[in-house]
Amino acid sequence: MCLGIPGRIVEVYPEEHVAVIETFGVRQRVSTFLIGEVEVGEYVMVHAGYAIEKIDVEEARERLKLWEEILKYADMGETERPGDRT
Amino acid sequence: MQIWERLRDPATGRKLAGRVRELAARVCDRLGRRLVFMEVCGTHTMAISRSGIRSLLRDYLELRSGPGCPVCVTDQADIDRMIALARLEGVVVGTFGDMLRVPGSSSSLERERALGAQVKIFYSPAEAVAWAAANPSQQMVFLGVGFETTAPGVALSIKEAEQKGISNYSVYVSHKLIPPALKALLADPENRLDGFLLPGHVSTIIGRRAYLFLEEYGMPAVIAGFEPNEILDAVRELLEMLLEGKAEVRNAYSHVVREEGNLRAQKLLSEVFTVCDVPWRGFGCIPQSGLRLREELAAFDAARRFELPPVESRVPPGCACGEILKGKLTPKDCPLFARACHPTHPVGPCMVSSEGACAAYYRYEREV
Repeated sequence: MCLGIPGRIVEVYPEEHVAVIETFGVRQRVSTFLIGEVEVGEYVMVHAGYAIEKIDVEEARERLKLWEEILKYADMGETERPGDRT
Repeated sequence: MQIWERLRDPATGRKLAGRVRELAARVCDRLGRRLVFMEVCGTHTMAISRSGIRSLLRDYLELRSGPGCPVCVTDQADIDRMIALARLEGVVVGTFGDMLRVPGSSSSLERERALGAQVKIFYSPAEAVAWAAANPSQQMVFLGVGFETTAPGVALSIKEAEQKGISNYSVYVSHKLIPPALKALLADPENRLDGFLLPGHVSTIIGRRAYLFLEEYGMPAVIAGFEPNEILDAVRELLEMLLEGKAEVRNAYSHVVREEGNLRAQKLLSEVFTVCDVPWRGFGCIPQSGLRLREELAAFDAARRFELPPVESRVPPGCACGEILKGKLTPKDCPLFARACHPTHPVGPCMVSSEGACAAYYRYEREV
C-alpha cells in the first residue's frame, strides 16, 4: 500500500501540477501538487500517482559512501571502527 | 538510475548482511537472548520475506511483522460497510486493488462484483475523480484506505471534487495513522520488542520528528527504505544503538525522508481531515489514530451520503489476523495458515493483501 516508485523527471507541466517521470525506462504522468516546483532531471518518489517527496541524490551518495566505509572495515575483519578505541 | 542500481547491489547486500549478523551475534551475547525487532510496515514485511533477510538473521534476531498493512488493520465492520456500499443501486465503488478480495463477514467486493455490483480498481484516487466527472449519472464512492502516505492523495481528490463541483464523488474514509498504533503496541506489557523498523514512506509524509515520543519509551527506532540493502542498513543502525545502549529515532532513509516531513502534504491533510478515535482489527479502538472528513466537507463523506443497513460483523472463527497484526503471533502460529487459509481461499485479510504477513510468509517462508 505504501509502495513508492523512484523516478527521474523528464517533462514538467507546472500549470497542471503534472510531471512525466521515467523509472527504469518506463514513463508515467504523476501529480507534483504535494512537492511544489520541480525541474527536469530531479528525482522524486511516487506513491499512487502522486510525487510525495524529492529524492536527495547527494544524500543517497553519502549513504553509499557510508556503506563503503563500514564494509571496508568489515572486509579487514575489524569489528571495531576507528574511534572505538579512544 | 545508476544510484538505485548501487543501492540494490547484491554484493554490497551480502557484505552488509555479514556485518549485521556479526553485530547481532555480539548484541545477543551481551543480552543472553535472541532479539525481536518489529517491521511496522507491510511493504517492509514483503521485502524482508522476499529477500530472505528474515531467515538470514533468524539465529540472532526475529523480525516480527506489525500492524503496517492498511487493508489488514481495517476493522471488519468497515469492510462490511464497504461491501454494503457496493450493493447500493447506482453506486460504483472505486478502490485500490488490495481491497477486492478481502473477506467481510459474509461476502467480499470481488464476490459482489461477480453478483453484478460495480467495483472499479484505480491506481490513484485522481482516476476515481476523473471517472466521476465523466460519468455524472452514477455515484462514485472511493474507498479511502491507507496510512499517512496514501491519505494526502485522497485529500487532493476530495479538494478537486469540491473545486470542480463534482457532486457524484464521495469517499468512505478509513485512513489510519501510524504513531498512535506504535503507542498502542508499546502500552501492551506483553510486547517485548527491542526496536522498531519504521515505515519509510509514512515517514516521508510525517517526518522523523513525529516519532520522537519513542525515546520516552526507551525504544530504539530506525526509519528504513525498501531495498534489501536499505533494510539491512536500518537493522545495522538498530543493533549499533543496542550496543551503545542508546534509544534514539534514527533516519536510515534520509535521501527521501526529511526531519519535518512533507509540510505541504501535512497542511493538506489538516485542511481536509480531522483526527478521531477509530477501531483497528486486533487492537480495538486506538485513540486519535484515524482520520475523518472535516465538517465543512461532510457532503463528500460516503458514510453520511448513503443510508447503510446496520452490519453485524463477525471475524471468521480461528483466524489469527488480529493477533498477528499486534505482533503476538506469527502467521505460522495460526491454525488455519496454509491449511484452511491460503491465497486462493483467504480466510483473513493478512492472507489477501499483497503486503499482509500471511501472504508474505505463505509465498516466501513456508517449509514444504
